[in-house]
Amino acid sequence: MSDINTISPHLKKRRRAEWLFRAYGLAAIIFCFLAVAVLFTSIISKGYTAFRQTHITLPVNFDASIIDPDGTKNVDTLMAADYQQLVKKALLDKLQIKPEDKPTRKRAMDLLSHSADTELRDLIIANPAIIGKTQDVSLTASDNVDAVLKGTIDRTVPEADRQISDQQLAWIDQFSKDGKITKDFNTKLFTAGASSQPETAGLWVAILGSFYMMLTVILIAVPLGIAAAIYLEEFAPKNRITDFIEVNVNNLAAVPSIVFGLLGLAIFINGFGLPRSASLVGGLVLSLMTLPTIIIATRAALGSIPPSIKEAALGVGASKMQMIFHHALPLAVPGILTGTIIGLVRALGETAPLLMIGMVAFIVDPPKSILEPATALPIQIYMWATSAERGFSERTGAATIVLLLFSFVMNAGAIYLRRKFERRW
Amino acid sequence: MKKLFAAASLLALIATPAFAARDQIHVAGSSTVLPYAQIVAEGFAKANNKFKAPVVESGGSGAGIKQFCAGVGEAFIDIANSSRPIKPEEIATCATNGVKDIVEAKFGYDGIVFAFDKSVGDVKLTQSDIYLALAAMVPVDGKMAANPNKTWKQLNKDLPDMPIMAFVPGEKHGTREVFEQKVLMAGCVANKGDAAFIAGGMSKEDAAKACVKMRKDGASVDIDGDYTETLARLGTNKTAVGVFGLSFYQSNSDKLKVASVGGVVPSVETVASGKYPVSRPLFFYIKKAHVGVIPGIMEYANYFVSTKVAGAEGPLAEAGLVPSPEAELAKVQASVKAGTPMGK
Repeated sequence: MSDINTISPHLKKRRRAEWLFRAYGLAAIIFCFLAVAVLFTSIISKGYTAFRQTHITLPVNFDASIIDPDGTKNVDTLMAADYQQLVKKALLDKLQIKPEDKPTRKRAMDLLSHSADTELRDLIIANPAIIGKTQDVSLTASDNVDAVLKGTIDRTVPEADRQISDQQLAWIDQFSKDGKITKDFNTKLFTAGASSQPETAGLWVAILGSFYMMLTVILIAVPLGIAAAIYLEEFAPKNRITDFIEVNVNNLAAVPSIVFGLLGLAIFINGFGLPRSASLVGGLVLSLMTLPTIIIATRAALGSIPPSIKEAALGVGASKMQMIFHHALPLAVPGILTGTIIGLVRALGETAPLLMIGMVAFIVDPPKSILEPATALPIQIYMWATSAERGFSERTGAATIVLLLFSFVMNAGAIYLRRKFERRW
Repeated sequence: MKKLFAAASLLALIATPAFAARDQIHVAGSSTVLPYAQIVAEGFAKANNKFKAPVVESGGSGAGIKQFCAGVGEAFIDIANSSRPIKPEEIATCATNGVKDIVEAKFGYDGIVFAFDKSVGDVKLTQSDIYLALAAMVPVDGKMAANPNKTWKQLNKDLPDMPIMAFVPGEKHGTREVFEQKVLMAGCVANKGDAAFIAGGMSKEDAAKACVKMRKDGASVDIDGDYTETLARLGTNKTAVGVFGLSFYQSNSDKLKVASVGGVVPSVETVASGKYPVSRPLFFYIKKAHVGVIPGIMEYANYFVSTKVAGAEGPLAEAGLVPSPEAELAKVQASVKAGTPMGK
């Protein structure tokens, strides 16, 4: 006998339990959001300053007797000219320093990046007509000047312990008063390769390397993985051997990524003689790593298609292959894409296996093919994080933002494609 | 199907210059040498239009030499950077793998410094102090006993009254070996610890090993990462001491305060003159069999040791390298130029 009087004492307890359960769930979600928010604010607040770079504008006299004494405008002569001399002269004239005063001269030169001469050279190569003229040129400032203006170097520290002297500070103030200091978008961050100086260091080699590796993974792991999954799911007989293969595919997905690096070193580099540090080798290693993820995701997607659809196709006379390609596979596309892109994003962020095959390296020249040495975005983050110079710590943050953006774009693509192909029954 | 074919041909297109001989020098090795090698690689490419910038990997002296000794051929590296001289057993491994002629180039020195957080102020240490603070076993009343010291003041009344806490590079770090030999061993000998070990029935080698053993009771922490990690640890533990390379300290002199060792404050001058006791030479090794096959190796090596790069006024000194004395550098330049292999 249970009437309303026997239930009501329990009712309160039950409602309370329900309320608590909901509260736990909500708390878990709030905690996750907070963690993400803290992570993002710390990365962005650390890295956003690196997207702007300080430049100093100087009137440079493109002296023909230094750049092109014969007046031939031959590219080789222009390439080999001593542009450092032009930079020096422009700066010393501007600050009215006598060339004999060596220590002051050196301190003045430290205001500008070591790449200032290359910037002038590129200007001349692009437009030889300016030889002999005087022109205002915006030159990259050194990382210390940049750090002072961004506030990462504290002006109040005693001069002896500061990376920048009182005299240099006075010059910087004079330049900013004259409006000669500008903060522009840091294009070098995206167009330059590795550099020992923060102000000339960029992500281009890493972006190219990551792109080539993703391309290799898409071209190798995706077709292989999908083919393997279709065979295992639809064609393979159910026996001990296929069970064994299935268990091992699952095992492979759980293997630590560094092991794939060792494998890559032994097989692709020492065995096949592929070049060290090449993005092809990196891509192959990451393909091996992503393969089990794709196989498992594809099998799960194929397995979740209602048997009625498959049987109907077979029933009206379709061959097994027609059934798979006309009916099963199109319906499985959303699942396959999700799995594949999760695998790709994981591969994009991977560093450990690349360590073994020589991709953790200082590479200045962008690779022209997938056989040339390259690095990857997470590796560049790691290498900048371990550098001593202050300018690299903001660049570490900036590189992290770029890597996160890449992952977001890929994830957004996955969601879009899933929505587009999704079908309900 | 058409799309797949297009994609495949795209891959083929990217891979067209397939297996053309490598035209970039490949360097690997010490992470201490890495910043210098980076500057040289960049400058070398800038100074020579003919050659591409070498690829420089880090990963440690031992790992670099291991790769270097793995064999001859395009798949193997051309130059190994090292913060210690190559060992005889490594030369033997090299020889069995066909790497016979190795040219050694010592291009400068690195100082190892002890630094506290800026707030601590001046600290004057000696090798003996550091040994008594950090060794596992120290002499107590003439006998060797587990290290009882808890604060710096306990072992030397001139030192501040701070708990002993040190962040020392881990055992795979090149810095660790120098720290053990030049600081712990020296301190052990100064305190007659080695004699006490031998008196206790140890062989000479075992005594030397016991001398450099560090305490494991939490007062000394091994850092397996880089100096940036040590710096971060000092930031949260303001009374601890960290072991750094001189150049790293110089870039962070606004956060750190260096301690003098034996009354000498470490600086480029005191390390170069040999007054500051804790320093080590830096090397790179050239695989002679690759010279002439991979373009630019000797040009790179000569550029590296040239006076305008490795000399006192060069960019490496600016980045914190302690340059070799002129006469020594001249000798290295001559031997690199001649390409004289080691032991010949």
